[in-house]
Amino acid sequence: MGIPVRTFDAVVVGAGGAGLRAALQLAEADLRVAVLTKVFPTRSHTVAAQGGVAASLGNSEEDHWHWHMYDTVKGSDWLGDQDAIEFMCRKANEVVIELEHFGMPFDRTESGKIYQRPFGGHMSNFGEKPVSRACAAADRTGHAMLHALYQRNVRVHTQFFVEWMALDLIRDAEGAVLGVTAMEMETGEVCIFQSKATLFATGGSGRMYYSSTNAFINTGDGLGMTARAGLPIQDMEFFQFHPTGVYGAGILITEGVRGEGGVLRNASGERFMERYAPNAKDLASRDVVSRAMATEIKEGRGCGPNKDHVLLDLSHLDPKVIMQRLPGIREISMQFAGADPIKEPIPVVPTAHYQMGGIPTNYTGRVVAPRNGNPDAVVPGFYAAGECACASVHGANRLGTNSLLDLLVFGKAAGESVVEDIKALPKSPKDLPKDAADYSLARLARLDGQANGEGVHEVQLALRRAMQDHCGVFRFPDMLKQGVDKIMEVAGRVGRTEIKDKSKVFNTARIEALELDNLVEAAKATMVCAATRQESRGAQAREDFPERDDANWLKHTLWYRDGNRVDFRPVHLKPLTVETIELKKRVY
Amino acid sequence: MSEIDRVRWHCRRGMLELDLVLSRFMDAVYGALAESDRVAFSKLLEYPDNDLWDLVSARAEPEDLDVFEILKQVRAVAPKRAAG
Ligand SMILES: Cc1cc2nc3c(=O)[nH]c(=O)nc-3n(C[C@H](O)[C@H](O)[C@H](O)COP(=O)(O)OP(=O)(O)OC[C@H]3O[C@@H](n4cnc5c(N)ncnc54)[C@H](O)[C@@H]3O)c2cc1C
Repeated sequence: MGIPVRTFDAVVVGAGGAGLRAALQLAEADLRVAVLTKVFPTRSHTVAAQGGVAASLGNSEEDHWHWHMYDTVKGSDWLGDQDAIEFMCRKANEVVIELEHFGMPFDRTESGKIYQRPFGGHMSNFGEKPVSRACAAADRTGHAMLHALYQRNVRVHTQFFVEWMALDLIRDAEGAVLGVTAMEMETGEVCIFQSKATLFATGGSGRMYYSSTNAFINTGDGLGMTARAGLPIQDMEFFQFHPTGVYGAGILITEGVRGEGGVLRNASGERFMERYAPNAKDLASRDVVSRAMATEIKEGRGCGPNKDHVLLDLSHLDPKVIMQRLPGIREISMQFAGADPIKEPIPVVPTAHYQMGGIPTNYTGRVVAPRNGNPDAVVPGFYAAGECACASVHGANRLGTNSLLDLLVFGKAAGESVVEDIKALPKSPKDLPKDAADYSLARLARLDGQANGEGVHEVQLALRRAMQDHCGVFRFPDMLKQGVDKIMEVAGRVGRTEIKDKSKVFNTARIEALELDNLVEAAKATMVCAATRQESRGAQAREDFPERDDANWLKHTLWYRDGNRVDFRPVHLKPLTVETIELKKRVY
Repeated sequence: MSEIDRVRWHCRRGMLELDLVLSRFMDAVYGALAESDRVAFSKLLEYPDNDLWDLVSARAEPEDLDVFEILKQVRAVAPKRAAG
């Protein structure tokens, strides 16, 4: 059929923090690398990260990677793999210092060391008291990281394919991954990227929720491609919610607002957090506040005509405090809620923020999928890192600043694994199957030929509403059950989307339809696994199973698209060198 | 058609704030812009995300006078009250 084939040693899909860090490792080893990205690299979602990146440098007080490891295991509610967590925490200092050498403008102490500040859940001496572990570059950590890594890649001649969208994985009869099909947005041309190694760094799928802090681009493309290729995705029921996203827009309102005295109120004006957390009240931990808000809404005390949000009230504060100590908040509120917080409260709702699950990998960044009784069997030629991957270091709940660390450590590790694996391979890549591009072409042909279908935006909205209403921060048994039916119904509609404009050149309608194909796979996995897991652990909070159940559920869920099936993998409780961090109740 | 689609895609950013404001601008204003304003808008889109958000939310002023007028129009796109 004459589909052009471009051949590389390695193809990286995604140019956010994880993709750029991986590509750098590959290009420095003199491999021929192609990096595909939907948007210009420095416009990847990593740019939005402000808080910082964790590393136990101990620059302002004593710290140790083992303490960081303890916090991460505890934060994960023991669902994280302890070998991967040890690996990440041990490597943290190295990758952060490397980044410093790449020119990352970290904030500094007076003596010139990297300045560190405290962040929720990071403690010293095995959970004793808060420790300063977050390294930041003002409130632009992600931005600075992307720029430093991008410049470095340019120096070593990494080849970027900007505004190219990967469509599907190519696998051979033995299951090895041989590359991807991709579409150039400018021309609509479809092409095969053949490679010995394919590395996914496509970021998260936060757009599956109606209320999301994620940019439009986070449609879980890597998850969709992986699922369609017959491989499992792991632990998707664990989605982290931030309590205060602006209702209807999703923009994150920092905890600092409540720190300065802002309070949450329900429809009758009641300061309801007094009932849920009599001591900490509005400053209780993220998950406690989010669940209280969800309960108020579920029990009919939400605000607005749909009773589907609560109010964050700052109007009792001195306007000077709002202007001086909470810069940017007033702009965000006026811009996205049409409310001036000096006079009226900000409508807020628990908002999807981070996907803990993803493509299962081991701590070397190699993708795994159970085969012949081996739960950790490697998928040849396939690697993943960053938010799209599940190493699993975050388990059931991620600690702030651990995600930028994750993408540095596992981006690099996955890159190193590719370099090592390629050395052992023959010079020329494996032959492509004859029908390598047929699946993608058939998907495109379906879309172009669809008649009497539905608009992409309509179906996307139905998907996001179903996830928000049925699989939100607090999960109720009846809602989950209906939710599975609903999302499967939405999936049927996704298969019949229609685009009016069929032109080849920069057809954003087509791109959005293809993104929706991916988002729906991630959404199905999330809903089905949430309905399957009969316990509460980390971000999965079930009304009918309020406790963690280690006897039955200390295991990873694996969702397969075929048959909408759920399987399981054991959690790696054994670290690399230290003793297992024993199961305990997670209390702070 | 393709040029407006290209610009629309370049409004896809890493920050949700910008996604929302820029897509609102595309829907409400871009279609009626004169060619010179369209060129200026494309220039504005070249700014890195954080800088662009500072400009759009009026926490910074541009040094480049070419984008000054178009920025005023972007800032003026009526804030949307949350649905409900
Ligand atoms: C508001 C906000 C603040 C945050 N703050 C912090 C923080 O302070 N500290 C922290 O540790 N974490 C933070 N996080 C989380 C963290 O930012 C993300 O988890 C992380 O940046 C993800 O990086 P990534 O490299 O995996 O993916 P991304 O940066 O999302 O990059 C994904 C890349 O994949 C490309 N791509 C996707 N699909 C395709 C496709 N089909 N074809 C081609 N290319 C594709 C995109 O173009 C992009 O280049 C924050 C998140 C949010 C939403």
